[in-house]
Amino acid sequence: MAAVERRGGGVGVTGARSPLVRWGVFALALVVWELAARAAGSAFFPPPSAIAAAGWALWFSGPAVLTEGAWADVLPSVGRVLAGWAVSGVIGIAVGLLLGRSRRATEYLAPLLAFARALPPPVLIPVFLVLFAAGTPMQLATIVFGTVWPVLLATAAGARDVDPVTIDTAEVYGVAGLRRLRRVILPASAPRIVAGLRVSLSLALILMVVSELVASTNGLGHQLVVAQRSFDFTAMWAAIVLLGAVGYALNAALLGVERRALGWTTAGG
Amino acid sequence: MKGADVTPMVEVTDLAVAFREAGHTTTVLDGLSLRVARDEVVCLLGPSGCGKSTLLRCLAGLRAPDRGEVRLRGEPVAGVPDGLGVVFQDYGRSLLPWSTVARNVDFGLPADLDRATRRARTAQALEAVGLADAAARRPGQLSGGMQQRVAIARALARRPDLLLMDEPFASVDALTRADLEDLLLRVRREYAMTVVLVTHDIDESIYLSDRVVVLSPRPAAVVADLAVDLGGDRDQITTRESHAFVHLRARAASLLRDGSDAPEPAQDTV
Repeated sequence: MAAVERRGGGVGVTGARSPLVRWGVFALALVVWELAARAAGSAFFPPPSAIAAAGWALWFSGPAVLTEGAWADVLPSVGRVLAGWAVSGVIGIAVGLLLGRSRRATEYLAPLLAFARALPPPVLIPVFLVLFAAGTPMQLATIVFGTVWPVLLATAAGARDVDPVTIDTAEVYGVAGLRRLRRVILPASAPRIVAGLRVSLSLALILMVVSELVASTNGLGHQLVVAQRSFDFTAMWAAIVLLGAVGYALNAALLGVERRALGWTTAGG
Repeated sequence: MKGADVTPMVEVTDLAVAFREAGHTTTVLDGLSLRVARDEVVCLLGPSGCGKSTLLRCLAGLRAPDRGEVRLRGEPVAGVPDGLGVVFQDYGRSLLPWSTVARNVDFGLPADLDRATRRARTAQALEAVGLADAAARRPGQLSGGMQQRVAIARALARRPDLLLMDEPFASVDALTRADLEDLLLRVRREYAMTVVLVTHDIDESIYLSDRVVVLSPRPAAVVADLAVDLGGDRDQITTRESHAFVHLRARAASLLRDGSDAPEPAQDTV
């Protein structure tokens, strides 16, 4: 995990770790993009300054910072990602714990899970469109179905691999049931669970966009299609950039939580 | 060691355990019998892999024997019995790395104790092992010896009448080991309890115990039962130099090697 890698850095990478250098490279890439786009002068590849201006006008120039467009596009999208991801997290952790700690449950459910997991989530969009109302219910179903597996499987692996000596210790001291779950199984599985949650988060973002491209009336994915169909390529690029920024922010937030919650994994050094 | 209460703390009768995997069976224990009196400290001394850890797991109720019976305080063991403290060799795997030292000790306490009692018992147990200052730290921030002290404190906090220890000092350096041995002798005097300790170290088994039970290679059987008459006050240097200690060591070594008892040494050598 990133926190561990950063700790292990040797002398040679000290420079690369400084935020100034990292963001310097980022800024340089932006400049190169700007110059290249201006030189090309193509309507399909507007320069980043134009994209930023369009994005600002679309979403951040409104009455109270956010425009009506932001309320219509950005918030529903982010809301769907977070809601879908949260539902996946709850289901994935609960079922994963059950599977990880029960050999019988694993034996019964393994083939079913392997099959369900192998289905590419977008192929179920037509099914979910029939099953659920178009719009948010269908989109949530798609996100949940696509993102539940990484959490579920990571949790099951984490719960299954709790050290037998640790389990013996819990057994000897009569720590059983919910108490064992809370004090032993969950914390022992936490690093794997969080890793699964991170994979799920990036998947949730992808599935949010994909599901919003279809039969949707709002959201960033919808905005992307509308802009493209109306030949407003600057707005299209603005939606793409904003999606990247949202993904980055969500991942950074999760990393922050992870560093706090899993501090013990690096405490020993 | 006969008290008013003649029911032995531990009574193992004709114990047999076999491991089956991939169609082939390994007999680890075959017809082993053993008695440990109340408040006695007994070391089970045997070669590596002889099945002594399995025997301890049977005493702790972590494994059901294939044949024979284990009784604690006269009651047959079915599942993990009450009033038990266990210290495993691998403190790194037995302590919870995500919990503080205090929470790790608290882990050993029965669930039905109230908060104030838990806190008092935890503090007292940490005090007993000399770790009162480390309560808020995490196991990963402590040395191996300190971590094993935490595991001992966790067992003591429960106020067990039987303490089982599986090679408890095998993973620490020699100096720490001597410290921990003396710690065990001290807490054993402070907390009235029976101790059954598994080890493959001859000196340690004699230094710590009232009785050394020498086991044979797998399947483990009792080769000899040596009474250790070294008294209650023991010292790492003088006790280990004493005639009685040296003689016991020779006997135990000989018994471990080929099952034969060493001859009585000439009585004039002091």
